[in-house]
Amino acid sequence: MFRSVVYLMMALVGGNVFADADWVPLRGGAFLSALNYEDVDRIQVAPFALQVRPVTNAEFFAFVSTHPQWRRNKVPSVFAELRYLSHWAGPLELGAQADPQQPVVQVSWFAAAAYCEAHHARLPTWTEWEFAAASDATRSDARADPRWRERILEWYSKPSNKPLSHVGSTPPNVYGVQDMHGLVWEWTEDFSALLVDSDNRSQGDPDQAQFCGAGSLATRDRDNYAVLMRIAMLSSLDAEDTTANLGFRCAKDLK
Amino acid sequence: MKLFSCRRILGVAMVLASLIAGGCGRDYYAEPAAPAVVVKDTGGSAKGDFGPPQGEPIKAVLTSPPMVPPATGRNAPAKVVVELDVAEKEMPISEGVTYTFWTFGGTVPGSFIRVRQGDTVEFHLRNLPDSKMPHNIDLHGVTGPGGGAASSFTAPGHASQFTFKALNAGLYVYHCATAPVGMHIANGMYGLILVEPPEGMPKVDREYYVMQGDFYTAGKYREKGHQGFDMQKGIDENPTYVLFNGMEGSMTGDKALTAKVGENVRLYVGNGGPNLVSSFHVIGEIFDKVWYEGGTQFQQNVQTTLIPAGGAAIMEFHLEVPGSYVIVDHSIFRAFNKGALAILKADGPENKAIYSGKEVDEVYLGDRAAPNLAAVATATQSASVGELTVEQQVEAGKALFAGTCSACHQSNGEGLPGVFPPLAKSDYFAADPQKLPQVILHGLTGPVTVSGKEFDSVMPPMSQLTDDEVANISTYVLNSWGNPGGRVTKEEAAKMRQVAPAITAEAH
Repeated sequence: MFRSVVYLMMALVGGNVFADADWVPLRGGAFLSALNYEDVDRIQVAPFALQVRPVTNAEFFAFVSTHPQWRRNKVPSVFAELRYLSHWAGPLELGAQADPQQPVVQVSWFAAAAYCEAHHARLPTWTEWEFAAASDATRSDARADPRWRERILEWYSKPSNKPLSHVGSTPPNVYGVQDMHGLVWEWTEDFSALLVDSDNRSQGDPDQAQFCGAGSLATRDRDNYAVLMRIAMLSSLDAEDTTANLGFRCAKDLK
Repeated sequence: MKLFSCRRILGVAMVLASLIAGGCGRDYYAEPAAPAVVVKDTGGSAKGDFGPPQGEPIKAVLTSPPMVPPATGRNAPAKVVVELDVAEKEMPISEGVTYTFWTFGGTVPGSFIRVRQGDTVEFHLRNLPDSKMPHNIDLHGVTGPGGGAASSFTAPGHASQFTFKALNAGLYVYHCATAPVGMHIANGMYGLILVEPPEGMPKVDREYYVMQGDFYTAGKYREKGHQGFDMQKGIDENPTYVLFNGMEGSMTGDKALTAKVGENVRLYVGNGGPNLVSSFHVIGEIFDKVWYEGGTQFQQNVQTTLIPAGGAAIMEFHLEVPGSYVIVDHSIFRAFNKGALAILKADGPENKAIYSGKEVDEVYLGDRAAPNLAAVATATQSASVGELTVEQQVEAGKALFAGTCSACHQSNGEGLPGVFPPLAKSDYFAADPQKLPQVILHGLTGPVTVSGKEFDSVMPPMSQLTDDEVANISTYVLNSWGNPGGRVTKEEAAKMRQVAPAITAEAH
């Protein structure tokens, strides 16, 4: 029964990036990250394209159908831990616990990166993700609005004892992107460079080597718990890890 | 292994004692054997390492509140394995109100951990697969940066392990320290670890585990349904609930702590915060001993002890008189308006020599002329000339109710769940309005069902009230808060005063 779904999905993702509704272009520009950067105040975000919604079970099913090495019974454990796609009924069967239109979860960073690569794309960087997620329906940067933060925290304070919603069930932001908040955590290409200390309270310790890679563990905006929690979540992970609330979407450079 | 212990006598205390003795006629302190203040110097962490663990590793017994694990009963250091699961789960925070708690061991507060000083603790923190958040643990009983926090940072569906030696004896808070720390603690991520001194804790008859915490919900206090976390209220330190053991009514009614007259009771009490400091008090008891701040020294004969957020205390008291002892945060609006209230019920024979109960009931007219009792005066006057209206009775009853009844039954007549039954929309009185003067005059003891809820407590007789007053309070209750209306007359009250013996609970 999944053959038709697979066929449909392959048709969608196989087309021209901007001919279908799955991708949107973002112009980028100077952006004030919640992370502190050593050398610059605002960082320059280059133009990029982002998938409108997180990748679904159906889309990921199509991927493992054509890329057998990423099936859960084939994948080496260094690339995906035991729980990789464990909510699926079988290596090639979604089953009752994995609705085709739910975002795919229990995916490792390696698997997510491979999916994007297979679609001539890549995972978004943290900065790109943060840039796209800073908006609401009418503003490109809504982060100073307490209501924006409250809405995000509201998702954090709900238990994950209910099935995930379908993708596309939250309103589009100003770029037309959906589900940046309120559905799942998402992998970023450079998640391992988000050096948030695993003991959050030591952030102010000047003796620690805080600057390395893309992000620093000193956040600029300490009140912005909504963003802080996402960074904390990503920094608790290794690239082979999977969780029941962690999915992904892909990005592309725009020339 | 024998602990090196050093005792020294505080010279200051001796000087102070002799000064006091000199100041009053009788020399209480002349006896050379009189105990001065003795401070035991434990030597702290430098003297807390009793060498490598002996024998096979032991799996720690973890208990859910309000229970405490048994004493370790060991006289040598051991390796103790602690396995603690982190679970994010929806649970009731008050009646008809749910909240998403983040827990150590599935309860708020988290599981009680009990080890002995010098033990090597192998700690396993396991974050359940369906958790949304990464979590970690900082145990205040750990010697080392972060208290274990960095070593235990654990993604959903993962487990971490670290090991520490418990070098200092005492009662310590543990809590989650993942960003944002305040939110993790506000959601219930705290508990207690007791590090017994080498000689163990003195034997008592009962031990209980109580922990206070403040909670910040989007809705108001007791607003029904699922309530989300309100970060702004947390930052403003303006809690919606202040609770013992994570739920309003966690230790009242059927779930009250129990003990018997003649027993020694010990409470291990922590304060998770995140914000408030607790003025911990047991109404009607005096703590014989308080190991203040959870440390090694105890203070004696204490009424209220202060427990800082992220701190703990141990208290002990001997029970002489039966009855219900109400445990509160004596920042008292928290007890009656935010939920910080629990009950310890002591069973056993009365001891009238220590506490008599009410001995005298007599009319005292000292403040009858006060303006707030003008309605009462009017009613009395009208009654005397036979022109008393229901409205006058209600007005007078309202003033009397505020003074006599509202402390327990609340000014809105809704009582307190599990403790004081509601009068509002009460099916108990709707069936028979004459029960009102009956209960007011003769009290009510034991189990009773009111509007489908069971209560088991004591209302003393209010026989100091005059027949007029009983009639007016009864009429006010009948005509308030959705009750069916009606009237109780002075004559009916007088009759009730004569006929009914003291009632205990009836079958309903």
